[in-house]
Parts: sequence; structure tokens; C-alpha cells
Amino acid sequence: MTDNSWIATTLACVRPQAMSALLRYFRDLDTAEEAFQEASLRAIKNWATNGPPRDPAAWLILVGRNFALDEARRKSRTQPFADEEAVASIEDPEPDLADRLDDSHYRDDVLRLMFICCHPDLPATQQIALALRMVSGLTVKEIARAFLVGESAMEQRITRAKRRVMAANVPFEAPGAAERSERLSAVAAMIYLSFNEGYAASGGEVHVRASLCEEAIRLARLLLRLFQSEPEIMGLLALLLLQHARAPARLDADGNLVLLEDQDRSLWDRDAIAEGLVLVDKALRHRRPGPYQLQAAIAAVHAHAARAEDTDWAEINALYRILERLQPSPVVTLNRAVAVSKVDGPAAALELVEPLSDRLAGYFHFHGVKGALLLQLGREREAQEAFDRAISLANTAAEAAHIRMHLDRMK
Amino acid sequence: MQYAILCYDSEAVVGSWSKERDDAVMAQSLAVKTALAAEGRMGPTLRLMPTTTATTVRVGAQPVVLDGPFAETKEQLLGFYVVECNDLNEAIDIAKRLLHGSGAMEIRPIKALWNVPAPDSTASD
Repeated sequence: MTDNSWIATTLACVRPQAMSALLRYFRDLDTAEEAFQEASLRAIKNWATNGPPRDPAAWLILVGRNFALDEARRKSRTQPFADEEAVASIEDPEPDLADRLDDSHYRDDVLRLMFICCHPDLPATQQIALALRMVSGLTVKEIARAFLVGESAMEQRITRAKRRVMAANVPFEAPGAAERSERLSAVAAMIYLSFNEGYAASGGEVHVRASLCEEAIRLARLLLRLFQSEPEIMGLLALLLLQHARAPARLDADGNLVLLEDQDRSLWDRDAIAEGLVLVDKALRHRRPGPYQLQAAIAAVHAHAARAEDTDWAEINALYRILERLQPSPVVTLNRAVAVSKVDGPAAALELVEPLSDRLAGYFHFHGVKGALLLQLGREREAQEAFDRAISLANTAAEAAHIRMHLDRMK
Repeated sequence: MQYAILCYDSEAVVGSWSKERDDAVMAQSLAVKTALAAEGRMGPTLRLMPTTTATTVRVGAQPVVLDGPFAETKEQLLGFYVVECNDLNEAIDIAKRLLHGSGAMEIRPIKALWNVPAPDSTASD
């Protein structure tokens, strides 16, 4: 094998460890980024000739660190003396380095980097953009395309995010246990949001936005490797895998949404499903149910059904019940109502749905579900009204088209 | 004599392979396996799921069940092949044919290999 694509793959894979270690040394996102860039350029030349180093992350950290230190020294000759702390860390990096190349340090470093990207001062859009740039290493152009915004707009979004984070005076010490669990939740939430951004795509956008799903899965895997025994992180990865497994069947030839019950299940990614199911199993053994585990378990019930008719809706209803108790929300109740309609019929489901109308008045899916239930009960005029309302609230063309399909079927 | 060829590589890297790359590596592996099978020298082969799907059971006062692989290593065990060879050199040649640009192959001679006997349909329960 003489092609050098393995270099790019390796760089992408060790990026989180290398970037986060450089961030720890230099305490500045831009410096860490420049150092990593330079080290990567050198890696591309060096590894092509000499083959892969035994520890690519360590190689990049060493080269990146030396480069940035040289730059700092160079600049300090022409500028006022660098501040005390920075000077102290320049002194003798070598003994430090051996100690820091341990896997357990990578874990704290990577988590710190991810937490910085998911800083509570940042709105969700900035968190995702920063994480994709800093951790995943997507180019600004790629991220811009995935979010359907212009490149300079995305550049600004990222710059603003970096500035806000650096201004927030983030601590660079290792997090204690309580902090760590809080940070894990924040990072998991960012990954989940990022996945949903990609998952919501349809039509011409799909291929562009699918990268968001794939990056979210990669980040979830990274997080799970670092925290092997966290059931909610197992649940998160399982959920993403099980949902993403259905992607090949989600759209028809015209780019319209195909409902779960109508999907060609032979197109589902069986390997992703197998892995997702294993993770659900592993998570449930801990008997610490959580929202990601429950949603993953629900997705697993769907994955187990060879055909839509074989779906164990009673089990789904039971799982949604637990989720409702853990994390009550009108959306969860709405989703449970769909299961109830399969088990107890549309009238029972409608009883669950109607009280939600105040809180979900602006949610297109609420009106879509309500319309479908009314239709099943033969209340056509009311169903029509609900579907019209749903269309007016639809976020994407695919969502609107999907409701329109219901309306067409009524004629 | 039978050898196990154990495949080690970074699962993060392997998991990041594009579908094209993965297909190409699988095709390369299949070509080697097909050739060996034609010579009657191919044994079982398996590809494992990532170590995040692993569970380890250890000896303790009670058996201890832990999430994750037995050991955290820089490269992970991803799978193995069983091959029939006349000597170590042959096994090394096969391992070289299986190398795919990253990782390493460990060759371990097999002390004993038991095949699962086919169920005897005439036996009473």
C-alpha cells in the first residue's frame, strides 16, 4: 500500500488528544490551533518518508509545542518580555513530556477541550461550530456548508465563540468528579444537538449535512472510549447509531421523508444496529436509566422489528412512561401517544394529545400527530384543520411535503 | 501446523475509514483467504466490534464484571485469522499479505483447536 491517505486519517483521529494537550500547555485556542496546523504539515512530509511514528499524538504534541515555543521566543526578542507563567513553562519540557503522554492524561485533556467548546456561556450554535472546528477538525468551509450558512458568517461565529471562551477564564486544572459528570452532560448534549441538526436534513441538503451525523457519532465514540463505564454515554452512542442506521431508508427517490412505518427495512445498516443493540445491553446492566438510554432502548425496539407490523408498541409505551417520569416533557408525551394509539387505539391517544395543545401549539409535529389521530377517528374536517396548521409550521420542505401527503391521501 | 494471526490496529483509525477504504481492505483480506482456502489452509476468521462494546469478567472474591477491554492499549485487537502453515516463514508471508498500511499482525502458534462437533440428530435428549 503506497497511498498516503492513512496520514490524513491518522491526523484526524489523534487530533483531539494532540489539540487538547497543546491547549493545556498554551492556554490559548489560537496558539494550540497554529501549533497543531504546523505539526500536521510537518507530519505529512515526515511520515510519508519515514512511515508512521509509534505514537502519532505524542509526535504531534512534541513538534507542535516546540514550534509554538520557538515562535514565542522569536516574538519576545522584538516585544516586551513574556509574562512569568509562560516563561516558567518554557524551561525544561522534556521530563514533563514523558509523564504527560500517558493515556489517562489524554482523557482529562480531551474532556477539557470538549468542555471548553461546550462552555455554558456559548449558545448551542456556537458550541457545535467550535467543537466541530477544534475537536473534529472540520474546515470552516465544511462546517458552513453543513449549517447552510456562508463561510465568512461561520468564520465569525467561530471567532466570536473563541473570544467568549477565552474571556470566560476557563480553569485548566483537572476536573474533580462532580465537575466531570456535569461536563460530560454538557458535551453529550452538544453531540446530540449536532446529530439532530444533521438528521433533520432532507432533499438536496442530505449529503452535505450527513457529515454532522457522522461527526457526532465519532465524537460520541471518542467520549465513550474515554468513559467506558458511563451508561448514559453508551446510551448516547447507541441512540445515534440506531437512528443513523435508518438513514438509507429515510428519504424516497424524490427526497421526501419516508415515515418509519413505511421504510424499506432491508436498507437499514445492520452493522450499526448490531453495535447499537450491544451498547443498549451494556448500558441497561448498570440499572441507572437515563434519557439517552431510554431513547436508545426505544430505537432498539424498532430495530428488532423485521416489519413495522411486528413492532412491540406496548414495550415502547412502557419505555416512554419511564422517560416521562425521568424527564417529563410534552414532546415525550406526544411520542408516547403514538405508541398508545397502536396499543389502545386513536381515541385513547387523542386523550393524551389534546391537553398538550397549549404547550405544543407552535410545534408542527403536534398538529401532524393530532391530524393523523383525528383522521383515524373519521373526523375529517378537524383532521384537515390540524394538517393545514402543521404545514404552516413546518420547518423544512420535507416536513411540509410529508404533511401534504396526508392531505392528499384524504382527497 | 496451525497459527493464529491476530490483527492489531488503532480502532479509532479503522473506524474512521471511508466505506471505500474499508471495502478495499476487506477485498484484500478476502483475496488472501480465498487463495488459502483453495489450498485447504484457511481456518476460522473473525472481525470484532470496537472495544467500547467489550465487557471483561475478572477473577475476584466474586467475579468482577467491567465495561471495556481487558487492557487499554494504543492499538486494539480487531480480529484474527486461523491458518494452516508448514512453518513460521509461511505464516509470516501470509501476515505480510494481510498488512494493510497500518497496525500490526501477531503470529501465535495454536496449541490446540477444538471444532464444535455437529449435533448428532440420532441421539436422544
